[in-house]
Amino acid sequence: MRYVAPSTLEEASAFLLEANGTGRVLAGGTDLLVQLRAGVTTPGIIVDVKHIEELMTIQDEDGGFRVGAAVCGQELGEHPGVTTAWPGVVEAVELIGSTQVQGRATAGGNLCNASPAADSVPAMIAAGATVAVYGPNGRRELAVEDVPARPGKTNLEPGELITSIKLPARPAGSGDAYLRMTPRTEMDIAIVGLGVALTMDASGTVSAARVGLGAVAPTALHVADADAALIGSKLDDEALERAAEACRQACNPINDKRGTVEYRTKIAGVLMKRAAKIAAERAGS
Amino acid sequence: MAKNHVTTTINNEPVEFLCDTHETMLDVLRNDLGLTGSKEGCGSGDCGACTIMVDGRLACACLMLGAEAEGRTIETIEGMASGEELHPLQKKFVDEAALQCGICTPGVLVAAKALLERNPDPTETEVRYWLAGNLCRCTGYDKIIRAVMDTAAEMRAN
Repeated sequence: MRYVAPSTLEEASAFLLEANGTGRVLAGGTDLLVQLRAGVTTPGIIVDVKHIEELMTIQDEDGGFRVGAAVCGQELGEHPGVTTAWPGVVEAVELIGSTQVQGRATAGGNLCNASPAADSVPAMIAAGATVAVYGPNGRRELAVEDVPARPGKTNLEPGELITSIKLPARPAGSGDAYLRMTPRTEMDIAIVGLGVALTMDASGTVSAARVGLGAVAPTALHVADADAALIGSKLDDEALERAAEACRQACNPINDKRGTVEYRTKIAGVLMKRAAKIAAERAGS
Repeated sequence: MAKNHVTTTINNEPVEFLCDTHETMLDVLRNDLGLTGSKEGCGSGDCGACTIMVDGRLACACLMLGAEAEGRTIETIEGMASGEELHPLQKKFVDEAALQCGICTPGVLVAAKALLERNPDPTETEVRYWLAGNLCRCTGYDKIIRAVMDTAAEMRAN
């Protein structure tokens, strides 16, 4: 197993391509090193991307932010602009592990690890975030929800890597929130995670909404039916119940010791209502 | 396969070592450099016994490759005291017996020091959240949290 730490995207992509499927990207390493130790992955080459500047910086862009894919959670949480504009995304990223993990773990890695329960992913879906991808055929953009293919697999092509996550400009009157349910209160994996981003007009009517739902299907989902239930409403009980029902309908969860199908499905609806209320409060402030 | 040649800084000293790619920073510290203060508890980033500082941020040494240390600045528990002079947190942990078996203690101390450098006046809740990644299976945390709070108060007074 070889270790390389290229300083350019061209080199990183070439190493991955050359490895012919046995290359692994190392950002924070908080998933990769656990997998290495457990023997579930035996890469031929590990490509440390933390020496590529584009992956390590947060930049203002078009009123929003371009967050380098290897920026750690703690650094994201220290960024005044991102925390003000997208508190739901930041709280989701900050739920990933302990303080020690936050000093290393990245939103890009959380996305590319392709766990259905990844905390940052539903929040980024709700925010309408996209990712910039670099590969042998140049650059392309993908919606966050289009990155994971199934548990542990992404839709990235050989030699491709995510360079940054684009959080769009936050429109006036907007707010976002992320809530998750875990069997323990902290340091646990979500059995449901739900992110919502809302824009409300002066009368309190929802003019735009996006709902991301995690841990209840093979990949995190954008629940367009829940968006539709919220848009045009004033978040009255009936609209919230329709959105909750859309989330329950979208669920196709596993049944395991941490949460049954019935429980996960029910909780998806509960989190929908609670997260929408938090997002609405933030939109008004 | 050739080993990785790494030049780094550990506790303000320039350090060079060779490591295989699969060796973690914790392996390197303990097995190659003789810095056995950082402990291996879980080996999966859950327990915090191997907590170190890397470029000013906390990290689990078990979740970092030794090769990644190239060019970084690393601080371990061995660098916490100034010579024979213990850090106020270390003194307080001794005075208040905020440990039993001691396996978690180096990680707790490194993490607590990082907290007090960022926030000299943390609430108990902030201390508990900050140290949530440092598991202790002996003391039930109460004495640890109290020792950190007491040290913070003392350091603010001085």
